Amino acid sequence: MALLELRGLNKHFGGLHVTNSVDLVLEAGEIHCLIGPNGAGKSTLFRLILGEHHPGSGDILFAGENITALKPFARIHRGLSVKFQVPGVFKGLSVRQNLEIALQRTHRSVELARGIDRLLTFLNLEAEQMQTAGNLSHGQKQWLEIGMAISLKPQLLLLDEPTAGMSPEETHQTGEMVQRLNADGMTVLAIEHDMAFVRQVAQRVTVLHLGQVFAQGSIDEIVADERVAAIYLGQAHA
Amino acid sequence: MNGLPGFLRRLEGPQTVGRGPAFWITFAIVFAIACAYPLFSDGYTVGNTVYFFVWVFIALSLCVIWGYGGSLSFGQTAFFGIAGYSYGILTLNFGSAYGFTLAALVLAVVIAALFALLLGYFMFFGRIAGVFLGIVTLAVTLMLERFMAQTAGPEWRIGAARLNGFNGMSAMPPLTIPWSGGDIVLLADIGLYYAVLGLLLLVYLGLRILMNSSFGNVIVAIRENPERAEMLGYDVRKYQLITFVIGAALAGISGVLYTAWGQYITPSSMGMTAAALPLIWVAVGGRSDLTSTVIGTLVVLAAFQALTIYGSQYALVFMGVLLVLTVLIAPNGLVLGAMNLISRLVARRSKGDV
Repeated sequence: MALLELRGLNKHFGGLHVTNSVDLVLEAGEIHCLIGPNGAGKSTLFRLILGEHHPGSGDILFAGENITALKPFARIHRGLSVKFQVPGVFKGLSVRQNLEIALQRTHRSVELARGIDRLLTFLNLEAEQMQTAGNLSHGQKQWLEIGMAISLKPQLLLLDEPTAGMSPEETHQTGEMVQRLNADGMTVLAIEHDMAFVRQVAQRVTVLHLGQVFAQGSIDEIVADERVAAIYLGQAHA
Repeated sequence: MNGLPGFLRRLEGPQTVGRGPAFWITFAIVFAIACAYPLFSDGYTVGNTVYFFVWVFIALSLCVIWGYGGSLSFGQTAFFGIAGYSYGILTLNFGSAYGFTLAALVLAVVIAALFALLLGYFMFFGRIAGVFLGIVTLAVTLMLERFMAQTAGPEWRIGAARLNGFNGMSAMPPLTIPWSGGDIVLLADIGLYYAVLGLLLLVYLGLRILMNSSFGNVIVAIRENPERAEMLGYDVRKYQLITFVIGAALAGISGVLYTAWGQYITPSSMGMTAAALPLIWVAVGGRSDLTSTVIGTLVVLAAFQALTIYGSQYALVFMGVLLVLTVLIAPNGLVLGAMNLISRLVARRSKGDV
């Protein structure tokens, strides 16, 4: 069953077609990676899905409902959640308060405190819970934001370069976490440049190039595709 | 504080400086002194102290909108003026019998809040943010000042109330509490002092609870990162609008109390200087904390008045210097900086004891 369906999405800024009639179907329960060279339109596609940008034409369907006209917060209520490329934590607030803000919409009092404690354990940030989030290391900030994103228990989790700035060890741990969440039924769409991460988690890969879907398939099919190598992997391994 | 009902526990929290027995004992002592003070002073001085208290509400309005919410409003004086004039128009027309002045207080604040609802709707849902919010709000208050300034002619009247241009509207009745043994008229001395002190206590504690509630959490989250807040499922613009309306109501309370205090209001209460001064009190005190804002406002106002004796121009220059110094030395506010320093020292000492 399709959880997310993009139909002929167009977005242009002036004369620049950032996404050009993109069709993409995301099956419920899969981990799907979105790759492509810089400027391919990956992040714009995320912003369209989240409602921060509005498409010139085309439709976005989520769990069978057309959400193209919905406001961003309303899409979150439907079961979407996102971790941004640049860690979007509340820098001036404590780690604990960051998680409280994420959870308080759906949890109250005792349940809320328990939920925060569970997340702190899960993220391995118990010792840092009273620290100001702005003082965390880059990797910890990434984890904190991932924690806030998954605390909403979304049906679809969007990850924009979840492992940027992480060590290979941390990247691997993040990959394992994504797989655990997926095993619990969460569908994941990730933008990622780190091919080790993509290999580790992706069940399907879509290559975006110049705002269009360029290729789609398993990671092995994508790596074997010479056209993809020419535009993307070729550059990366050059 | 675990024995208290849920909402009272919110008197303390991450959004407000000051917690634990030490803070609340100090608070109780300060409040007791404030209650006893009129007994040891004369009517004029007490009336003057009320004047300081009156301004704290507009300072708190900026604290909420700017310090907590992160939206700089340069036009809180617009709501101050609207509420002040509304109180004047209502009471000049309907008098002060049957406690109507108290109803007029509430009505005037509601009128200011409704105006903020309208203005805020177009600003926030029109995606006006950051410095532009400051520009639009400043433009609105200056426009209101200009408008009121040209209402000197006799044709500018609403019922019995002459708007009176730059001469100002005057002779409205002071706040009056209906009482069986004869109405209690709150003139600008001891009676009004206790009424305003009580209102200030209620508003201060109420705001502490509000800011430490889940609502307050969302407000500071929007200040820190509006995009992230939206992506956690919060309707950011709705929260900004509610905060703006709450702030307008607070500024409106100042406006009504000011008008009732002096039985007088003029267009210059919405002018450039009037609009800029609250920003300085709040910035110098510490805009992101309620207690710092209250203390900072009272101290700066008292200093300003003391300096005015030597000439109001010098006092204004001093205000400017104070603002620059604050920005350079303690960008989060002098009072807030000092309070954080004290709590750090206390924490270090109690750690040393263990």
